[in-house]
Amino acid sequence: MKFGVLIFPGSNCDHDMVYTLKNILKQEVIELWHKDSDLQNVDAIAIPGGFSFGDYLRSGAIARYSPIMESVIEFANNGGFVFGICNGFQILCETGLLPGALLHNDNQKFICKNVFLKADNNTTSFTKYIEPNKALKIPIAHGEGKYFADEETISELKNNNQILFRYCDENANVSNEVNPNGSVDNIAGICNKNKNVYGMMPHPERAADKTTGNIDGLQILESMIKSIEKQNK
Amino acid sequence: MSDPIVNIESAKELGLLPEEFEKIQQILGRVPNYTELSIFSVMWSEHAAYKNSITLLKTLPKKGKHILAEAGAENAGLVDIGDGLACAFKIESHNHPCAVEPFQGAATGVGGINRDIFTMGARPIAQMNSLRFGKLDNERTKWLMEGVVDGISSYGNSFGVPVVGGEVFFDESFQQNPLVNAMSAGIVKADKMISAVSKGVGNPVYIVGSSTGKDGIHGATFASADLTEDSANDIPSVQVGDPFQEKLLLEATLELNETDAIVGMQDMGAAGIICSTSEMSESGNSGMRVELSDVPLRQDNMVPWEILLSESQERMLVVVHKGKEKIVEDIFDKWDLNCKIIGEVIPEDKLEFLWHGELVAEVPASELVLGGGAPIYQRESKEPAYFEQYKKFNINDVKEPEDYKQVLKELVVNPNIASKKWVIEQYDTMVRTNNMNTNLPSDAGVVNVKGTNKALAFTLDCNPRYVHANPEEGTAIAVAEAARNIVCSGGEPSAISNCLNFGNPYNPEVYWQFSGAIKGMSKACIKFDTPVTGGNVSFYNQTQIDNKIEPVYPTPTISMMGILEDKNNITTLAFQNEGDKIYLIGKSENDIASSEYLFSIHGVKESPVPRFNLDYEYKIQNSIKNIIKSKLVESVHDVSDGGLIITLLESAMYNNLGFNITSDKNIRKDAFLFGESQSRVVVSVSAQNEAKFTELLNNEGIDYSELGAVTNGEIKVDNDLFGSVTEYKTEFDTAIEKRL
Repeated sequence: MKFGVLIFPGSNCDHDMVYTLKNILKQEVIELWHKDSDLQNVDAIAIPGGFSFGDYLRSGAIARYSPIMESVIEFANNGGFVFGICNGFQILCETGLLPGALLHNDNQKFICKNVFLKADNNTTSFTKYIEPNKALKIPIAHGEGKYFADEETISELKNNNQILFRYCDENANVSNEVNPNGSVDNIAGICNKNKNVYGMMPHPERAADKTTGNIDGLQILESMIKSIEKQNK
Repeated sequence: MSDPIVNIESAKELGLLPEEFEKIQQILGRVPNYTELSIFSVMWSEHAAYKNSITLLKTLPKKGKHILAEAGAENAGLVDIGDGLACAFKIESHNHPCAVEPFQGAATGVGGINRDIFTMGARPIAQMNSLRFGKLDNERTKWLMEGVVDGISSYGNSFGVPVVGGEVFFDESFQQNPLVNAMSAGIVKADKMISAVSKGVGNPVYIVGSSTGKDGIHGATFASADLTEDSANDIPSVQVGDPFQEKLLLEATLELNETDAIVGMQDMGAAGIICSTSEMSESGNSGMRVELSDVPLRQDNMVPWEILLSESQERMLVVVHKGKEKIVEDIFDKWDLNCKIIGEVIPEDKLEFLWHGELVAEVPASELVLGGGAPIYQRESKEPAYFEQYKKFNINDVKEPEDYKQVLKELVVNPNIASKKWVIEQYDTMVRTNNMNTNLPSDAGVVNVKGTNKALAFTLDCNPRYVHANPEEGTAIAVAEAARNIVCSGGEPSAISNCLNFGNPYNPEVYWQFSGAIKGMSKACIKFDTPVTGGNVSFYNQTQIDNKIEPVYPTPTISMMGILEDKNNITTLAFQNEGDKIYLIGKSENDIASSEYLFSIHGVKESPVPRFNLDYEYKIQNSIKNIIKSKLVESVHDVSDGGLIITLLESAMYNNLGFNITSDKNIRKDAFLFGESQSRVVVSVSAQNEAKFTELLNNEGIDYSELGAVTNGEIKVDNDLFGSVTEYKTEFDTAIEKRL
């Protein structure tokens, strides 16, 4: 598959995303500059983490106006596969491709640590082929990661199986105590109704290289690749 | 607005001594104008010229076959790490700005040190910081600590370089004057280093990055004066950071380094444009003609001397090969950064600054800089009375505790010993996916060098109480501990950078501490073959205790880099399996001197440095290297602050295991458990490897003793149950947060 990784000024997980997709998952990867608008026939778009344009305003609020994002929105509306991690998720919420918003963490501080995630269902590309009922150890690193949406949206997300993961403990129990940032219903990631646009705050690409001592994130990314390949066949 | 009048009074106000003002007039052959006087005042400040320290700094060992850029030659030291790669690393202080404006002070400290690394063409891959504050129960300390941590977090996380370790230490000595030392390390192809040099007559000189504003003017002078209660008036001397600009500058610089357009480059830190123009020119035996009205400005009404001295952040001076201008301009245009020609290289040893075509300052570059005309002083040195006094300490005057469990409980929540989790979790420790400690903690920060078999190890170490008790031995211990941390995590010590935080050098007792520290550092660096690749000196750190101004505890922070030739040799500090045997390598001593236990539990501040012998330490470390290479141990963790039992607890907590140990009947139990005598390492060994392990140690003739075994969570000392590991872990992890 051919992935396009978007590069905004201030992206800082771009190298990690490229490294994971290319060197670990052996996919074809090109970098797409924010000022360009040609997506160069990629099969999927990855929006990496970081602080696009410094994120001095709301995270992702400026990046959404980049020329490349107009093409990405069109690509997604035509069914193209797009996923965003961390700042990428924030940008996708800002564009409206994903519902809801990411607010400041409850403790008003940046938090970087390992957390555990439990898949909500097995109907999405991110969760279809992962070990069921297993708590995956995935790092978070964000200041604005508290997922919020109104009740109506949340119940729609539930009804359509759009919730990807919830924060849980190491035994896959979901509870308030293990909610790191105050996200509604411990939501760590979601997809759109058509299941072609994905966003999550935790970083699976930071748990993909065995030298980091944790490859739980590979399960998510491999599930994604396998799902897209099957759909494209 | 006309410039202030120049005379001996205005020179004094800018921090110059009468004899220095005299020397300036001799150099110029006339009275300087105010712009020129300002130039000399910042360039000859302690901060830029190291005038009271350079004579002693020159005695430090600097050479090594793996050293590619020696101390003082470039913006940071450069070490050959093999595979055609080199590591640039450096540590710097930002103490004074943090004392008055903790958030921006710390943020710009992070920005400045990273710029030193990437201005050499190296991509930063790891950072660390060493923080020292007053007592944590003080409201101001809380404000300072929260601000400093927030500043480091905000700047560093956005810039995108992982924090892989560091120190946080509390002592009333730092009550008004916190120490904030930031280290960064980067990787560059060994043949692609960008030099801080200007040469080639007619080559254009560019300023790139942020616009220049009035922030940080006279910052170098501010950093070179005593910190007093009036220092808050100097807040305009503190710069303001913009990590987004820095990130763009990083990417543009590294992209530019892929071309052949650059002659040389230097970041603008202390003393701004005047510092980079003079140092680069001096280094290339040339001069520069600069039109200051071409410098992109952030605000109106700036006069030439303000532009020259501004310490606005995120700027670089770049000298470019004539004819390659478009290459440079296209790259900076791509990254939406300023990129403006402000001058050209001239053949004479002369800096000419113009303002709309009119000459406003003319000074010889070589006279401004360290190693050129900048003044050099040897200060008076006097051994303080306390030094002999501390040696009179006798352990028998200290009563042994009746309740050891209670002492342990108190130590575990002591801010100097408790987990620094509250701090660390605010830093991005995992960006770049090269931190090998995220799921495998070790004594040093271990960083994967992708695309090679290697990893690099980094550590920051210094116990200011030891250095205060005995500057020479205390500093040797700091180097030894740094090396021990590298060795215990599976690496080979390679080189150091130092950050020397001291009081006022005009105080003879402070100067005595400083020269002792340099001696101790020299002998230890020679022993471990870890040359000094650079660093910085921060004098004038002092605090008011009981209405008396006291210098801070002398704190020569050692930043050491090491290499793991095989990244698979990374060794964790965490116990792995119940039933594994626990051994102590080295020997327990009847010594509690300068320990956290003696300080906090008994309130005794007057004691000598803990026992330490450099040759013995070296032998122990070599033995640890062999044990690790032979793959005979499950975990390795050195004994440091808090003593043996804290080391054991730290090893136990990560995997929720415990330990059952027997103390040494030949020494006091408090010395055994809490003493901080040096050269001791705790290892755990599986039953399967035990025989081979003891055989190796016996063959090497190394002291060791069996302490006991790893348990499933129970903590027992001499068959006395001390509780379960989870109780201690909860207290240990939350102690600092609870006090804030």
